[in-house]
Amino acid sequence: MTVAEFFSCSLLAFGPPLVMFAMTVANDPVRIIIMIAAAFGWLLSFLLSSLVWFAVVPLRSYLAFGMVFAVIFQEAFRYGMYRLLRKTEAGLKEISENHEIGSNKLEMAYVSGLGFGLMSGAFALVNVLADSIGPGTLGLHGGSEYFFVTSAAMTLCMILLNTFWSVIFFNGCDEKNYLKIGWVIKSHLFVSALSLLNTKGLYAATIIPSYIVLVINAVVAFQCAGGTFKSFVQSFSVRS
Amino acid sequence: MSDTGSDTEEATENTALIMDGHIAEARPDREIAERIARKRKTKSETQRTYGSVEPTENSGQGSSSGPGPSSAPVTNNSEAQIEELELKYGARHVIKLFVPVTLCMIVVVATISSINFYSVKDVYLAYTPFHEESPYAVTKVWNALANSMILLCVIALMTVLLIVLYKKRCYKIIHGWLILSSLMLLFLFSYLYIEEALRAYNIPMDYITLAFVMWNFGVMGMIVIHWKGPLRLQQAYLIFIAALMALVFIKYLPEWTTWAVLAVISIWDLVAVLTPKGPLRILVETAQERNEPIFPALIYSSTVMYCLAASTTTAAAGEGEQSSRELRPLNPHGNSEAGNVRESGGGDEGFDAAWQARANDARQQTGPQRPARTLRVDGTAPAQYTTRVDRPQPHPHPSPLADEEKGVKLGLGDFIFYSVLVGKASSYGDWNTTLACFVAILIGLCLTLLLLAILKKALPALPISITFGLIFYFATRCVVKPFADALAAEQVFI
Repeated sequence: MTVAEFFSCSLLAFGPPLVMFAMTVANDPVRIIIMIAAAFGWLLSFLLSSLVWFAVVPLRSYLAFGMVFAVIFQEAFRYGMYRLLRKTEAGLKEISENHEIGSNKLEMAYVSGLGFGLMSGAFALVNVLADSIGPGTLGLHGGSEYFFVTSAAMTLCMILLNTFWSVIFFNGCDEKNYLKIGWVIKSHLFVSALSLLNTKGLYAATIIPSYIVLVINAVVAFQCAGGTFKSFVQSFSVRS
Repeated sequence: MSDTGSDTEEATENTALIMDGHIAEARPDREIAERIARKRKTKSETQRTYGSVEPTENSGQGSSSGPGPSSAPVTNNSEAQIEELELKYGARHVIKLFVPVTLCMIVVVATISSINFYSVKDVYLAYTPFHEESPYAVTKVWNALANSMILLCVIALMTVLLIVLYKKRCYKIIHGWLILSSLMLLFLFSYLYIEEALRAYNIPMDYITLAFVMWNFGVMGMIVIHWKGPLRLQQAYLIFIAALMALVFIKYLPEWTTWAVLAVISIWDLVAVLTPKGPLRILVETAQERNEPIFPALIYSSTVMYCLAASTTTAAAGEGEQSSRELRPLNPHGNSEAGNVRESGGGDEGFDAAWQARANDARQQTGPQRPARTLRVDGTAPAQYTTRVDRPQPHPHPSPLADEEKGVKLGLGDFIFYSVLVGKASSYGDWNTTLACFVAILIGLCLTLLLLAILKKALPALPISITFGLIFYFATRCVVKPFADALAAEQVFI
């Protein structure tokens, strides 16, 4: 049971991102490097936010405080990634095999967002998964038996959201469209604040709105990348 | 081994040829490269630097690229080619190092987290006489420092010994040494590993089967590492050896000594490679003067280039087939009597350690040598071309194949110490720490390779990565872990 739970949860959380990684990132070295750089950026942001959380001793038990700082630092580092990628665009183009890397401006945004998301997802879930494999099981002592599943589902949501946020954010930065940047920060704060409800066991109240936000973000990101409803439909009809 | 000179000549020319073919065909987009060439301000300086590293190249370079980027178009062009090469040596080759480093780490981490044996401290190396058993922090600190200093001294001593042997051209002794140590790793430590793995997974196995498996495994490893074999297999063995060595370090070094050793080793790496009289630098310079590859057992190479031999190398390498490649300095017949007898146990660890340290400079070959070869091509290529190649190949290799030639090399020592760091991090059972160290090391490796592309001289691969790794290890363990655990427990997602 524990093993099954481990695999189902890890596949639920990391399956789609891994497929995205394998199909879009893995075959291009430059993208892998960008992804790892983004992961490192996320790591730095998390380090800073935990430093803040750690330093402010009296508020340590209030995760809301740490959460707000974490969101702020993450968005700051997203901006940092944006600056870094735009600065090194030319260099990246040169070291890459295909010189097309910069042709679609949001390609890098997507890749770095995936790196961001994967790292945050890994940090959120990897220890939980390690615990899930046993020994022991959930649901005793009044704990919820849905702990792992909800964690995995939320992790998946956060990974995908980070990807979309990066796309929207980079696009907003390119176009100097502060509405998009604001939307990213706000929705990030919203989803994170929503997850505070998990403590109380209100999983439905967290997950459903989070996925609604995810869908909205997906649509916005799709539009940022130049997609329209028509092209969306077309992409299906061409393939079939 | 009597015809070392001619061997090396041929090897160099063959590789030069490869480079030539690569340049001739694979890079149609000159303008980018030229732009970079013009952009480069530090060119003259770097040339001076590796001029000193590698005397042989001055003859080639002096004629073609004396004044720097703003000279005649021909010069500019060749400069551009170098630039192009150096830059091309980017992305894909970085990944080619990422994969083996990752694999090595995965082996170590998987072992550490599934087999208890390697995280239990009971026996220690002879080099670490202080076992950190005192409860006082101060005592632990000086114990760790003393241990790491002793280990460092051993490593330095072995490195110097190797250099002396190399300078005196005692190849047989060196190879006997290397063969002996890899023999021990492949048989003794693999045996221990398999035994513990079987025990951990509770699998019964009789000694006959085990002996059969070990014999085949070990002998094949010896053949593949020291003589010839498919490249993939060789790489796999080298990765496995590095992982084993890392496990040995994790198992037999006391807790804090491991961290101290990591720090000290990366500083030593820095000193040994970058100071003008650094031992590793001397080794590499000597190797480059003699136009020889550094010992194949010490280097992970992403291609076959380092072991290109005199015979049909160009063709073989071009095809990506390894059947005809040979390890040049190593003659299989000379090995048996050459081994200088080492004492078992601790002593072996010692030269393995030294061995890794030496291995670190393997990667130095990549940076500085390349330009020299490309430059030298102009004169000699056509003649050599017709004489050497046994397969009818017009100049250009198909570009992907040609790209294959420019392998990246990383010393096995770097593999080992990266894995030690990650494995040690994972031995505390926190996966976040492991992940953080892993990403930090990869980024460090990236930065090192970036610096290599910029500075074009031999660089130690340990310092940046290990520094990042150590910072992230301690930061994650002390600060990040409580936060991450709290977030995970409360299911707050940021």
